[in-house]
Amino acid sequence: MNTIAMKPVSVTNDVMPSNRSPKVVSRGVKVFYGEKEALHGVDLDIHEREVTALIGPSGCGKSTFLRCMNRMNDVVEGCRIEGKIAIDGDDIYDKRIDVVQLRARVGMVFQKPNPFPKSIYENVAYGPRIHGIAQGKEELDEIVETSLNRAGLWNEVKDRLDKPGTGLSGGQQQRLCIARAIAVSPEVILMDEPCSALDPIATAKIEELIDELRENFTIVIVTHSMQQAARVSQRTAFFHLGDLVEVGDTSQIFTNPKEERTQAYITGRFG
Amino acid sequence: MTDSALPMTVADSATRAPRKLVLDEKRVRSRYAAERRFRAYGIAAIAFGLFFLAWLFITLILQGYGSLQQSKMRLDVTLDAATLAPGGQVDENALRAADYTALLRTALRTTLGVGSDRGERREAYALLSNGADNELRSRVLADPSLIGKTVSVWVSAAADVDTLIKGQISRDLPENQRRLNNRQIAWTDKLVADGRLEKRFNTALFVNGASSDPEQAGMGVAIIGSLYMMLVVLLTALPVGVAAAVYLEEFAQRNRWTDLIEVNINNLAAVPSIVFGLLGLAIFLNFFGMPRSAPVVGGLVLALMTLPVVIIATRASIKAVPPSIREAALGVGASKMQVITHHVVPLALPGILTGTIIGMARALGETAPLLLIGMVAFVVAAPATPFDPATALPVQIYMWAGAPERAFVERTSAAILILLVFLIIMNAAAVVLRRRFERRW
Repeated sequence: MNTIAMKPVSVTNDVMPSNRSPKVVSRGVKVFYGEKEALHGVDLDIHEREVTALIGPSGCGKSTFLRCMNRMNDVVEGCRIEGKIAIDGDDIYDKRIDVVQLRARVGMVFQKPNPFPKSIYENVAYGPRIHGIAQGKEELDEIVETSLNRAGLWNEVKDRLDKPGTGLSGGQQQRLCIARAIAVSPEVILMDEPCSALDPIATAKIEELIDELRENFTIVIVTHSMQQAARVSQRTAFFHLGDLVEVGDTSQIFTNPKEERTQAYITGRFG
Repeated sequence: MTDSALPMTVADSATRAPRKLVLDEKRVRSRYAAERRFRAYGIAAIAFGLFFLAWLFITLILQGYGSLQQSKMRLDVTLDAATLAPGGQVDENALRAADYTALLRTALRTTLGVGSDRGERREAYALLSNGADNELRSRVLADPSLIGKTVSVWVSAAADVDTLIKGQISRDLPENQRRLNNRQIAWTDKLVADGRLEKRFNTALFVNGASSDPEQAGMGVAIIGSLYMMLVVLLTALPVGVAAAVYLEEFAQRNRWTDLIEVNINNLAAVPSIVFGLLGLAIFLNFFGMPRSAPVVGGLVLALMTLPVVIIATRASIKAVPPSIREAALGVGASKMQVITHHVVPLALPGILTGTIIGMARALGETAPLLLIGMVAFVVAAPATPFDPATALPVQIYMWAGAPERAFVERTSAAILILLVFLIIMNAAAVVLRRRFERRW
């Protein structure tokens, strides 16, 4: 438990991650794209109210695994999944599971900021509206304000909520997407390289935001930047060629990896 | 060998004289000339196209603008109460059945001072349009209080008089080769000199239906018929096409069957329109027994023809909606149907409408399929519903173009201009839609 050393002192680690029950449990997850097996059986536990970073070279299956957790792979033609993923003990690939409800519980933020070509307000209000979360206009306004506040965007956009979301800067757009994701009160937020299209300042803001969101949400982040993984995550999972090579506390992975391949990757010998 | 090749060229270029950047090398000059020629070919091609376009418009306008005016004759008609309303009773049926031709002829005789010679009378009557009595009838029916008075009315002159006044037939021809003899020409000149014969705006051209008398013929029926057909095309091709395209693009699995359907849709877009006419004849008229010459049938046939265009345009614009928007909507838990109805279709709508309008513009100008389902008919009365017989603008052009009278030539050009105006309006609407709602991601 050496996370405190990895983090600034202000981010006190008030939870003992390993004592918590895992939020998401995956066992033997295999993913096939047509005939090709992209994941060869992944066993990974995601702990509640923690940031788990998935790292690894391109094509290693980390994004594929991420997208299994809210069944976004369902829409990919020819994609087949074996194994079991459970959230709070419910198998999400069970026939009785409603994908819409699942995605309301497991939100997602994408690589490229993708606000709807609608107003800022509508972007955030869309999720609550289709799920019937808000009773009336006032409650919806409140959800929008809270979500934008949590995403650290409220002060920047409160005077132009009716302006198109696509008119914001890249970093603001990504924070708008985060606000949109948290507006439906998910339990888990999946982030697929959320900063790869942003400049360093916007990246820093998003990272700060991820750190704050950790108090309320379970976050899984795919990243190509090992510095980012080290900065924002408590646990890190290293994927390589469709295998989960190693998972452990971020500090341990980056200072004392058990596997040779992890060592090679984090020191930059490949990837 | 390869080892020695490299050093040799290096040495070669080192010994060569330094290259000049000034434009005196032959190769550079000929490259510049080739570029200029290439540009000139393009300009020549555009000029070629513009020349014929200008020619088309100039001839159409020069030939067609005359038909905007029609020679009208002012006659002082005595609306005799004894014949129109016997016994002081104004009866509508009697008013409809009354012999207005006789009233007009009497007035014309008085004006021209024609005697009792039957030949002379016949020549005088020929100056008057055959449909002039209808014009007087509608005037009296609109205002029965005119009965018993002598009123001054403007009625259409015969087409021969009209063409003479417009200078389209020569006065210098020998009398036996002219449609009007010397006496008729003299009367015409007298009427013009008295201010009783002049060119006035030709309302009939836009309001009336078919007529064998050019001065009474109009494209009103054809315009209404075409509008009805466009309405039917819009109401059938758009929903059916969008539904088909959304299914194919969003739900259908990619397999041999959908590939086959796709190939067929693309081929259908290129099928000659007359084939669709035959299809409509076989299905709508023979099998379903729908009315002949009706815009609803014409519209359905044109809708079948437009459908592939709408499907292709819709699929293209659905494809152009970036996947990131779909993912975003799915990511917040929108169902497949919500993704389509809230995001994909609204974002694709400008493209869908543009494609539909362009397809409809093509359908508007289509003639061949309409000939097969009986829309090439002599329809006098304007259709009240899409189920009544009507013609269409392009068919009207086709029919007028085949008519022998000189006066139909200018009407043909006018009808072509009207059709082109409709097409330009539709295409402009498509451009405006595209510009207004085009999104860039």
